[in-house]
Amino acid sequence: MNYFLGLFVSGLTRGSIYALLALGYTMVYGIIELINFAHGEIYMIGAFTALILASVLSIAGLDAISILVIASLVAMIYSAAYGFTMEKIAYKPVRNSQRLSALISAIGMSLFLQNYVRLAQTSNFLPFPTLIPRLGFLQQLTFQVTSAQFVIFVTTTVVMILLTLLIKFSRVGKSMRAASQDKTMAMLLGVNVNRVIALTFVIGSATAALGGVLISSFTGQINFYIGFMAGIKAFVAAVLGGIGSIPGAVLGSFVLGWTESFGAGYISSDYEDVFAFAILVLILIFKPSGLLGRPENKKV
Amino acid sequence: MSSQATTQPQPGRYLAYAWRSLLVSIWFAILTFPIIVIRANTITGTITWRWHNIGWIVGGTFVGSWIWRYFLERKRAGAEATMGPLRQRLAAARAVVTQAARRPAVARGGIAALLLLVVAFPFVGGMYQTNIMTTALLYVVLGLGLNIIIGLGGMLHIGYIAFYALGAYSYALLNLHFGLNFWLALPVGALVGGLFSLAIGIPVLRLRGDYLAIVTLAFAEITRLVLENWSSLTFGTAGIRNIPRPAIAGIRLTLPQTTTFVYFIMILMVVLTIFVVNRLENSRIGRQFVAMKEDFIACQAMGVNIARTKLAALGLGGMWAGLAGVVFAARTTFINPASFTVWESIIVLCTVVLGGMGSIPGVITGALVLILVPEYLRAFAQFRMLLFGAVLVTMMVFRPGGLIQKRRRAYTISAQEKQVAAEIGDPGIQG
Repeated sequence: MNYFLGLFVSGLTRGSIYALLALGYTMVYGIIELINFAHGEIYMIGAFTALILASVLSIAGLDAISILVIASLVAMIYSAAYGFTMEKIAYKPVRNSQRLSALISAIGMSLFLQNYVRLAQTSNFLPFPTLIPRLGFLQQLTFQVTSAQFVIFVTTTVVMILLTLLIKFSRVGKSMRAASQDKTMAMLLGVNVNRVIALTFVIGSATAALGGVLISSFTGQINFYIGFMAGIKAFVAAVLGGIGSIPGAVLGSFVLGWTESFGAGYISSDYEDVFAFAILVLILIFKPSGLLGRPENKKV
Repeated sequence: MSSQATTQPQPGRYLAYAWRSLLVSIWFAILTFPIIVIRANTITGTITWRWHNIGWIVGGTFVGSWIWRYFLERKRAGAEATMGPLRQRLAAARAVVTQAARRPAVARGGIAALLLLVVAFPFVGGMYQTNIMTTALLYVVLGLGLNIIIGLGGMLHIGYIAFYALGAYSYALLNLHFGLNFWLALPVGALVGGLFSLAIGIPVLRLRGDYLAIVTLAFAEITRLVLENWSSLTFGTAGIRNIPRPAIAGIRLTLPQTTTFVYFIMILMVVLTIFVVNRLENSRIGRQFVAMKEDFIACQAMGVNIARTKLAALGLGGMWAGLAGVVFAARTTFINPASFTVWESIIVLCTVVLGGMGSIPGVITGALVLILVPEYLRAFAQFRMLLFGAVLVTMMVFRPGGLIQKRRRAYTISAQEKQVAAEIGDPGIQG
């Protein structure tokens, strides 16, 4: 039973991380129907910014909590700025071209950012400091939960709730939903669509950076390549849940996280990624638009 | 050239450009500051400040932004304005070339010259050049094969490399266990590639667009992971060594000779692929592919069996990857799963899109450019992937249709027909 609970918790942690990334994917996709391949790179840049900042701050002699808070905040701001810039350079000019051009542009951006970090920093793995402090009360639980796992889960939940509130009730959220339904109509009704798209990138990138900081302090090491696989997994999670749908992205992330952790725990850890991709294929065969996605009915 | 004024920005605008470019470079200086300037060594706890880098960033982005802005403006103006002098001359040159190419003597001469160049290449270029060219030719075949699926069939496939892997492994394993020779392995590889492509195609028939993309990617990753982990069959990450090179019965070739031999095999294969794809394009099924790509529903309404057409595109496309895989295994004599990652699929996809989707000369150019340019850029080895990424983005922004855009076969209406149309009042032809 403890083994099961352990796997359950580790699946939950993975799912939370995927969710932080998948939210960005799904929001961007919901509005401009672009697979933002470079989203994982934003996550990686977030992790690197946090690492650099944490090193500088710890040499300056700050305490752990303020390092965590400042590093995460600055990483989020920087990643948001990267996301914003990326949209302006690589996506906005191709918005009216074919879908594939935008995809290739995103792939190019992803390559560019990876190699930018590789050249400016290093191609080796860097140890990432344990930013998350030990939480005493977790020791009293009957099953094993590390403080990193706990913090990751709580942060993800809070971010998800905030995002849902933002999109459901705020003015900005309303314009986002309007833009995702029909850009031209939204524009006619006075929504500044360009700004809404930029904002979507900003929010998505900031959540990705938060994910980057949390997962890196959990795994303890980063390099320039971490974004790629994480990005693909998050994309799988977003598609699994039905791309464009925010609750879908969250559900898909948890399904993916549990599939991986139970598959690895009970069957074979070599095939961990195979389970992730297999569940995607299985679900899409039976529900071609994902778990919570709207079926795409094309009118003639 | 009265409209020149609109394409050529006025001096006042240059100043405005300079101001905005300055702002952009300041933005980039701030943006890149932590990653470019600070390098933290987490083990020793020391920090290196590399202030000089910021100068490069400011200067580079200033110039870059200026050029970017200038071309973006031109692209925007380009829609209504006439072409600049350089482009006009280029267009004129192209017209002369196409005119000349129509004359059979010139066309024959051109083909002969190309043939001579292709045949002479390995003897002039040496082994290194021949090897690079062979790699590029492999990608030409892959690109043309994927072009059947993406360019003609309109299905976004990012798992194409799986069939390449399966072709390579089927030759390696069949040779290891049953001593199958290269020539017999070629059709087997093609068959394996095609059949697997079909097998993957059947469950995903209902999927479209990005869903299809991610599922094909998933299948490719599953294939790679299985190859990596099923050690009893595939020898896992260690890979398979000593795969025999292609040989002609009874003759032992030296290494340079084999290199040349493989080069010619690839040339023949490229010619075959071009021939087949070209015939396919204008065939009944090829037109069904294009119809399916253009409008799914209208195509169905015209009585095209979508499921069968999709599977045909997938099967025909997968075949070429399997075929190319066999040559790959025979050429490198060593394969392991690391050669068949997602990035490899993405590069093939890039050759298709960068070259010009659906256009055969486009895809060939795309593959040659994408493989040869990074190869010759080895001098800038460090920066070449960075440049590659930047080039992909720039290309898509300024020339989204690819290097050589596909031209549809068009029916041109003669003056006589127009007149007839005017008489009977058919607005469809008059326009």
